[in-house]
Amino acid sequence: MQQLVYFFQKFKYFLFFLLLQFIALTLIFNNLNFQKSKYVNSANALTGGLYNKVANISDYFSLKATNTKLLEENTLLRNFLQQKRTLSFSVDSIVIDTIKYHQKYTVTSAKIINNNYAKAFNFLTINKGTAAGLDKEMAVVNGKGIVGFTDNLSINYARIQSILNKNTRINARLKNGYFGTLKWNGLDYRIVQLIDIPRQAPVKIGDTIETGGKSAIFPEGILIGEVVEINNDNAVDNVINVKLFNDMSAIGPVYVIKNLQKEEIKFLENEADE
Amino acid sequence: MNKTIYFGLLFVFLVLLQVFVLNNILFLGHINPYLYIIFVFLYPLKKSRIGFLLLSFALGLSIDFFSDSGGIHAFSILTIAYFRLFFIRLFLNKFEVDYPFFKLNLEPFGKKFNYIVTLTLLHHFLLFFLANFSFQNMSQVFLNTLYSSVFTLILYFLSIYIFSKKQ
Repeated sequence: MQQLVYFFQKFKYFLFFLLLQFIALTLIFNNLNFQKSKYVNSANALTGGLYNKVANISDYFSLKATNTKLLEENTLLRNFLQQKRTLSFSVDSIVIDTIKYHQKYTVTSAKIINNNYAKAFNFLTINKGTAAGLDKEMAVVNGKGIVGFTDNLSINYARIQSILNKNTRINARLKNGYFGTLKWNGLDYRIVQLIDIPRQAPVKIGDTIETGGKSAIFPEGILIGEVVEINNDNAVDNVINVKLFNDMSAIGPVYVIKNLQKEEIKFLENEADE
Repeated sequence: MNKTIYFGLLFVFLVLLQVFVLNNILFLGHINPYLYIIFVFLYPLKKSRIGFLLLSFALGLSIDFFSDSGGIHAFSILTIAYFRLFFIRLFLNKFEVDYPFFKLNLEPFGKKFNYIVTLTLLHHFLLFFLANFSFQNMSQVFLNTLYSSVFTLILYFLSIYIFSKKQ
């Protein structure tokens, strides 16, 4: 017994060091695991609040660029609206199609208050949380394309797992329908990788890549980027490099998309397992 | 000034400096200095180390909270905080009797330089290795370690130079 006490006396700093080191390692492992990353994240009241304060000031420096982007998006949406109007006016009696009124997605606007893109596992923070009706695994996009999806939430803030995160996998497709998986190798923040595209798929440089709509998170047809490099040699993994339309180093306002039928889809998928 | 208040303020200052200024520098796209480790160099040597280890861990963890990195900063800074005494014995030849009178500023520059460079490199290597979290891209890890260490060291020696002129 005395020897045990003596042992602890002698190595108390080392044991304390090991204990703290063990805690740190646990947090690191948990952070990389989507289901468990609960404790250390920037979506709590203190860090979120501080980031929000700083973002409120630094926003003024990019007002012009943000305004231009919003204007471009408004133009796009107005054009869509005009197309719809001409379509409906060309029919001489009004058709009430109830299926068209079944809304599948709702959109909430939010602002990025903390942006990361230079690491291997990037996360962002936005200024809306559960109070605004947000939940885990909702798509985050902006006018130019996808940004990521929500993973951790507090009342007023949410953490976004960026598309620039080595753990992120997103279902994506070519415009002609061949689909694969989008992931990131952690090197260049402008280039992401599209894998698992079938070999017979006709891919050309400059082809547009969009979301595939095979997940319950992202709606179909949201823009991602364009093909810049095709791996034509006989490598096992058929990797296609995709340049993002979004400049991930400069994103401000974003939209969070909620899939209203997600619960139903999940319920159905889980039921099949049992 | 009271030592406890001084180090409390230093702690908060280093967290805010790192998170809101230095993390946003991104020189050439991805190179950041990690100046918060000067806490380890500035904290006085004592025989009892529990408080020092705990503070270093808390400093790293606070930065982890802001940068969504799990516990990589906490792990790296805790490692150099624990091995600090070993390197002081190795490079500066100081033992337990010397601790109360020890001042890093008064040491010869060459020895001080070795001590600080070694700890900085060790910290940055652990940080980038854990941030990468795989054995792929190891060349990237070494390059990042080198670039960021140079950046941190330049900032460190500049700030020491500026603040010590006042006396």
